Amino acid sequence: MSETAVSVILSKKKQFDREPDRRSADFHDKLFQLEAEGELVVQRISGDYVEVPTKYGIAKKIQKANLWHHKSCGQCGHIPGYSTSIFWIMRKLGYGYHDPEDQTSCTAWNYYASATSNQAAQAAVALRNFAAAYETGYFPLIHCGTSYGHYKEVRSELLHDGALREQVRKVLAKLGKEMVIPEEIVHYSEWLYAVREEIRSRMVYDFSNIAVTVHPACHYYKLVEGDAIFDPDVYHGQRTAAVSGLVQSMGADLRSYSTFFDCCGFGFRHILVQRDFTRSFSTLRKIEVMKAEADPDVVLTHDTGCVTALDKSQFAARAHERNVGIPVLSEAQFAALAMGAHPFKVCQLHWHSTNYRPLLEKMGIDWREAWKEFEVDAKRLERGEQEFLTWADVDA
Amino acid sequence: MPAATLDPYRKRDSVAGHGEFPLEVKQRLIGMVMEDPRFPEYLYGCYECGICVAACPSARFYDFSPRRIAQAASRRDVELMFQQMQEDIWECSQCFSCLRCPRGNNPGGIITVMREVAVKEGLHSAREALAGYSRIIYKIMSTGTQVSPDMLQPDAFPDWGPEVKDVSENLDLWRRMLPPETLHTTTTGWKVADRTLVELYVIWLETGALDMIAQVDRGIHMILEELMEERLEEEGIEV
Ligand code: SF4
Ligand code: SF4
Repeated sequence: MSETAVSVILSKKKQFDREPDRRSADFHDKLFQLEAEGELVVQRISGDYVEVPTKYGIAKKIQKANLWHHKSCGQCGHIPGYSTSIFWIMRKLGYGYHDPEDQTSCTAWNYYASATSNQAAQAAVALRNFAAAYETGYFPLIHCGTSYGHYKEVRSELLHDGALREQVRKVLAKLGKEMVIPEEIVHYSEWLYAVREEIRSRMVYDFSNIAVTVHPACHYYKLVEGDAIFDPDVYHGQRTAAVSGLVQSMGADLRSYSTFFDCCGFGFRHILVQRDFTRSFSTLRKIEVMKAEADPDVVLTHDTGCVTALDKSQFAARAHERNVGIPVLSEAQFAALAMGAHPFKVCQLHWHSTNYRPLLEKMGIDWREAWKEFEVDAKRLERGEQEFLTWADVDA
Repeated sequence: MPAATLDPYRKRDSVAGHGEFPLEVKQRLIGMVMEDPRFPEYLYGCYECGICVAACPSARFYDFSPRRIAQAASRRDVELMFQQMQEDIWECSQCFSCLRCPRGNNPGGIITVMREVAVKEGLHSAREALAGYSRIIYKIMSTGTQVSPDMLQPDAFPDWGPEVKDVSENLDLWRRMLPPETLHTTTTGWKVADRTLVELYVIWLETGALDMIAQVDRGIHMILEELMEERLEEEGIEV
């Protein structure tokens, strides 16, 4: 990490110890109690797993293989290279997975935007997805930060509210489904953190000259914060280590800035119908501050909304001659690039708005050549010689 | 329930511009907020320290403050809470940065509950805040994914730069070039199985979530209700 005013302050506090009385309880006690009483089924972690440190020191198990990908509507719809990079890394590291059609969105984006739903509906949507994962034998891995945070809220409400459990159980019975809660609710960035050394060992580019700032997703570490990853070796345990821990392991130049805790300005409702707010907050409180204090080559984050808000807001801000212009990627895309993934066929950077080409050049990736290769494939599909590109085409 | 306090921030109904409501109506609505099982978990009194305000993105750009939300709720101030339901709650970004409250409060969570009541009761603020939003409600409730690739249209997102136009012009081709088979869709985020959608419809109908839409957009509600009931009838499912 480079020496900035913020990192000097952070390093003065050698280690952050939370007062015991501020710690949230370990939800597992209640979860296993309800399981023992026959109220619900706990889908257990199975096979190889890694234990990672969380905010209050409780170890969290991250299953390495056989994961059920709970996709994100915003990622799949508007930033598809986000999801594709997660799958690609998993394939490269040799871990099997399942990409289900029996999955709906968590619907929390709509809930936080419009409140046109209620507690029981939100819980039933979550548990329908959990039951669908359980039926396949694969363990859920949540792509979206908001789904992850919301599902943890739902878990907490269900564990502490018997009437809600009863209501949801009745709905699930109509669907012929059991009430299943996984042993851990795991975000994909936690999986990347867990396998970060495997990623490092497969890097084909040296990223030590790539300056990175990280935006942590609010719904990842503020909602039901107890089981988010906090690592004493990353920011001395004072900030979440998701994303940053991976960047640090990859040997990139992780830089700090003062508005790390601020949100991205997404706003759920605002990004759709009141974007003046989103644009202002994203650029004035995040991008400009990062640029002034850390001058990064790229902003990395780990949530659908954050990539969208931080990336898309910069175009209009440029017209106002604001100090913007930093490409925004997910850390999954960043790690995939480092491991040699194709910038367009895998990372799908052409769906992003802020200019990413100078970043690729600095990484040593020839984007002109890569775009030509993408176009050759596109022509083949246009001529009708092939209907879809497959993983085999991408790995060729 | 104690009612009003002298507060310079509180406006008369007529000044606030949402018409006159009898006190009993306000009491009933605020009662619904406080009876929500989440409410006691979201409020433990308030120090007025302002830490939540410092963390709050919406407080920077609107006349809005999570501290005022927590304060009004702590005082059980029906008049002020009702005014907030008509004015403030839709400014919140639902980021939950205010969870760093040293008292353990969750002003953003109180707002979620207040919004639910505003929607259920069809308050003016809810209808106004959600004007232009109905197509999203339709998308998520009918298809199971909220964001679809075909929403990326340059006229809908002129402020997102020229890449939006590139995407919309090449949409079908670029979707077919995505290696995961589930992502070849253009009208949904990914391919959702038919049976899965039917199950989702059962959830919306059984939990009363669909009925909530009737208050904010009667037209969308009718279309969705017809679509779902027809689909469930085909499957022989009764709700
Ligand atoms: S959840 Fe709402 S009130 Fe709380 S910090 Fe975010 S915008 Fe502010
Ligand atoms: S941070 Fe908590 S105690 Fe402080 S003003 Fe906000 S709600 Fe009140």
